[in-house]
Amino acid sequence: MAPVSTERDLRLDLFRGLALWLIFLDHIPSNAVSWLTIRNYGFSDATEIFVFISGYTAAFVYGRAMQEHGFVVASARVLKRAWQIYVAHVFLFAIYLAEIAYVAHSFDNPLYTEEMGVRDFLANPDVTIIQALLLKFKPVNMDVLPLYIALLAGFAPVLWLLMRAPSIALIASAVLYALMWKFEWNIPAYPHGAWVFNPLAWQLLFVFGAWCALGGAKNLSRYLQSRVLVTLAAAYLVFAFAIAMTWYFPRFGGLVPKFVGELIYPIDKTNLDVLRILHFLSLAIITIYFVPVDWPYLRLRIFKPLIICGQHSLEIFCLGVFLSFAGHFVFTEVSNRLPMHVIVSVAGIAIMIGAAALLSWYKRVERKGPRPPAAKPGYAGGDA
Amino acid sequence: MIRRLPLLLALMMPAWPAVAGPADEHAAECRVAEHLVESTFPLPQVARAIAAKKLDILVIGAGSSRLPGPGGAKSAYPARLQAALAKKLPGVAVAVATDVSSRRTAAQMVEALPADLAATKPALLIWQTGTVDALRGVDQDQFAQALDKGINTARSAGADVVLVNAQYSPRTESMIALGSYTENMRWVAVQQEVPLFDRFGIMKLWSDLGTFDFYSPTKKLDMAERVHDCIGRLLADLVLQAAKPESPSPTGIR
Repeated sequence: MAPVSTERDLRLDLFRGLALWLIFLDHIPSNAVSWLTIRNYGFSDATEIFVFISGYTAAFVYGRAMQEHGFVVASARVLKRAWQIYVAHVFLFAIYLAEIAYVAHSFDNPLYTEEMGVRDFLANPDVTIIQALLLKFKPVNMDVLPLYIALLAGFAPVLWLLMRAPSIALIASAVLYALMWKFEWNIPAYPHGAWVFNPLAWQLLFVFGAWCALGGAKNLSRYLQSRVLVTLAAAYLVFAFAIAMTWYFPRFGGLVPKFVGELIYPIDKTNLDVLRILHFLSLAIITIYFVPVDWPYLRLRIFKPLIICGQHSLEIFCLGVFLSFAGHFVFTEVSNRLPMHVIVSVAGIAIMIGAAALLSWYKRVERKGPRPPAAKPGYAGGDA
Repeated sequence: MIRRLPLLLALMMPAWPAVAGPADEHAAECRVAEHLVESTFPLPQVARAIAAKKLDILVIGAGSSRLPGPGGAKSAYPARLQAALAKKLPGVAVAVATDVSSRRTAAQMVEALPADLAATKPALLIWQTGTVDALRGVDQDQFAQALDKGINTARSAGADVVLVNAQYSPRTESMIALGSYTENMRWVAVQQEVPLFDRFGIMKLWSDLGTFDFYSPTKKLDMAERVHDCIGRLLADLVLQAAKPESPSPTGIR
């Protein structure tokens, strides 16, 4: 099966841009503005959106490369992308090290003697830094890129299979997911435990995104408009919202029947709980129902900032992580009151938009430049 | 995901009436977090001990259960808890013993637990844990298993259990992944029907409302002492509320 559409679906960029904004807001610790983000109102969060759309665009971009230039060239491009993400991750780790070193030397509140144990890992950088380079040591909020690297590293053969036997590839992905749950497979982390985002679980969403890009979405489209499905999705979102409210108002916890509690908890993010997948799918169904591909408002200027952020997802993601560190720094050093939360959140998003606009401009200039536009065919539809 | 109480929603919530004692017994700054101190599960052994006029409590914890300095032991929350309980339970001999030392994971505390329980024979074990496990990245399953084991050990020694979760520490929030450990503790508490003292949520609310400035780089002890005093008082409220024989919380998850 070949990539069906040659026109890039703007909805993908729009919602990936939105996911990037939400991830940025969620990554600033104690940010009051993050109460706007979807993780507080249901089971899934922006990570699901990001992984699904990344799978979709990876199949879209590298699927075409595989069709036109063959398996070897496409695989090389996928791995080059994985390498770029690895370099970006190491760059962010360096910034993280700087932050933790600063905190370790500037903060000595007697209330927090235990928490100052974070300094310990500065004591043996020989181990910590090597473990970080091996992707085994991953500081807080730096788990998404290693997941992305792992998913891309194994993507070429999956894509090859997806283009020949899409159903078999999707079933294989689901079987791997099921086996992972049965045998509790994960990749070990340093110093203890396992990866926060288990690639063997999250691959399902990535492969499902790729499957949708390669024609699956078209096959599904007649079911997606069915009123029964949309009603079920809406009902599930309401259920998830009600459960989420009991997290903030423990008194309502008593209203949840015991068997429901036992059935749903714990909702496992590491291994991409089925409840989270269903929540993401419900969100997607509702979104597709109300925002069709030819939705006229997609070309409105007001959505342009989101779309350009989504088109440069790796750069904007990394910038978002950096800005969330910087925002946390502003909270600790300048002010942590509500107005500052709003200022930091708005300024961060403005910087992300500015950077995305700059990248778009740079790309246009590059294309017009001395090199012929054919120099970068794989990126014609934007970055994966 | 770290579950936190949204500021606005928190402000909209009605003030929960103080369950134990008149409100003026509280330091004003503690009072804003009263509604977060809600016991969903009863403490029958404590109720029995109060009836018998002798209440022995054991606090086992790590570095955040004590304060540095020569007066640290007297101003840390275990001692403040004892003072608050003694005041509210006239005629009852309240004694709080502690086994507190820094850098211990839940599993390490479980190892120390049998000897501690044998030595103090408490009616109540207050178990503060989670921070060190998060710092070291202990496996979630192992953490949950350690909690289960500790609770079962205490119960078979005839003690009720209250879990106390990690402190809210905004400066190190981007460095210590507390979220899943806090959630895990909440989950184990519900499963085991053990009250959880949500120290994290309470301190977060104090921070949101400006009661305390936990971002402060101060090296002085005064704020830390006030925080521990408040935690001791609120912990006393929780214990008394859960030990009330007539009102074992109608809204609790059973």
